[in-house]
Amino acid sequence: MKNSTGPVWVIVDQEDCQILPVSLQLIGHARKMANKLDVDVEAVLLGNNIKNNCNCLFEAGSDRIYIGESHELNLYQPDLYTDIIVNLSKEKCPQIMLFGSTIVGRELAPLIAAILQTGLTAHCIDLVINDKGIMEQKIPAYGGLMTIVCPEKRPQMATVAQGVFSIPDISHKQKGEIVRLKIPILNTRRVEILQIVRDQSNDLQLETAAAVVAGGAGAGDIDGWNQIVDLSKVLGAALGCTRPAADEGWTDLETMIGQSGKMISPEVYIGIGLSGELQHMVGISEAQLMIAINNDPKAPIFHQVDYGIIDDCKEFVPVLIERIKSFRKHSSILDCRKCSS
Amino acid sequence: MFQIIVCIKAVPDPQKACKIKIDPITKTLLRCEVPLVMNPLDRNALEAALNIKEEIGAHVTIISMGPIEAVKIVKEGIAIGADHGVLLTDPAFAGADVYSTAFTLSKGIEKINDFDLVICGMASSDAATEWVGPEIATFLSVPVVTKVKEIVHIKDKFLELKTCIMNGYRRVRVMLPALITVTRELNKPRALSFSGIIKSRKKKIMLWGCNDINVSEKLVGLNGSPSIVTTLEPVVNKRNCEFITGCREEKADKLIDKLVEHGFL
Repeated sequence: MKNSTGPVWVIVDQEDCQILPVSLQLIGHARKMANKLDVDVEAVLLGNNIKNNCNCLFEAGSDRIYIGESHELNLYQPDLYTDIIVNLSKEKCPQIMLFGSTIVGRELAPLIAAILQTGLTAHCIDLVINDKGIMEQKIPAYGGLMTIVCPEKRPQMATVAQGVFSIPDISHKQKGEIVRLKIPILNTRRVEILQIVRDQSNDLQLETAAAVVAGGAGAGDIDGWNQIVDLSKVLGAALGCTRPAADEGWTDLETMIGQSGKMISPEVYIGIGLSGELQHMVGISEAQLMIAINNDPKAPIFHQVDYGIIDDCKEFVPVLIERIKSFRKHSSILDCRKCSS
Repeated sequence: MFQIIVCIKAVPDPQKACKIKIDPITKTLLRCEVPLVMNPLDRNALEAALNIKEEIGAHVTIISMGPIEAVKIVKEGIAIGADHGVLLTDPAFAGADVYSTAFTLSKGIEKINDFDLVICGMASSDAATEWVGPEIATFLSVPVVTKVKEIVHIKDKFLELKTCIMNGYRRVRVMLPALITVTRELNKPRALSFSGIIKSRKKKIMLWGCNDINVSEKLVGLNGSPSIVTTLEPVVNKRNCEFITGCREEKADKLIDKLVEHGFL
């Protein structure tokens, strides 16, 4: 029998019945870990009318899918989700349980971890099975890489942001076992999600943008920040930020790049007034061109970029914007001449 | 009266926290003198409590867990407007992970009195896990709502809230007693007032250790933590930085050249 020490679980996240990429990325990585441990990968999928979407979970590497379908589960309901997953976990004893660092995953994972009395590591940037068969959970901390383990309690739990692992390109199998879950009836519903309202935002998406301008606390104040916003517009780049900039209230937390925010892979990255903390830098994977502007020549960001400019960003950014505008004007005149000649 | 408990954390000043580094040789933390301040989002949590107090009347208690130096953060909370302050402090609490931190805080909250609402900041600036609020709620057996950006109303033992999601919000109703975690969007925290500082001087902060909250040393701090840190490794830098020099205009033009070279302008 295979499952001597318990399967590797991925709690699948879906939005409007669409399975989120992070869940497939996690299953792909869970497959690698499960192979090393010689156990199964099992996915847990809760929602309504979702069964037809679950083939991709097999293709990504699941051996088995537990499906809980009910109109009660149409929207994420914390009490019910927690109850279902905790009870199933007590029965099946997974040794590892993974969640995406999504809106739902970030709330659900700690609720389950506290009931199961186990450890939970936030926003890991790598998960590795060591020689003892224990999952090493890597997070950036204090300018280095910290390894956390949960040596005794089970399951070992972690959340991982979208984009840390890639979607597996080989499809493992077309089919596996589907197990239907009985949905319990809760007498009282302590929390109820009444409605989800989405804004139509026209902003460039950070995850897909070719160029990203990111600003940090070095912007100094809202005027300094607005100059960075202007630069991103002039360049046609998406705008991102570090946690201190979001904490200052200059911009939305949703545009935060890094371990607990967005993972991006642009062609060009320009970091302005930010120190280059690892928590931020792990969010930028292999950009072709990386540039930093910072007034502190000792800032760690200068070890992580191709070109550096030592200057006060409040002074430098307006000059850069003007020079880009005049360059554009100049080159468009040249282009016109080329056309007319 | 409506009872509110606000959880606050003393964190290394986020403006200076980047000075804490690993020594690449000894692999231990080099802690420069980084002062402790109130976690920024906990100010929003306290402000939310004070707004409820002003609207419907409430008694606001602050609770924190940390070294004895954190007492100044609890005092600051009282100076801002809380009625009562508790600091859970005991050498046995040191080295706690999220689970053991939440467990200890929940024991402290149980000792305070019955409550209607517990408010936490969404995350701390130093650890940023977002887990402590939900785990405290689990230990207290109350429901939790995370990332609250608006308190719509409190009515008939229910709280109606708006919470942050990607590109939008959720409308959520929660039964009291409950725990909520709040975001920066919720409010603008008030500043310290002189009269508040005077008032806080007269208040006694309760200092509670293991015995006061009736827990065994085995269940708290490092002993009570399911997860442990095994290593902290410095990271190897992958790129060599070429500095662009000159006057501002020259630097801007050279930077534009680089962008053009890479086909981006």
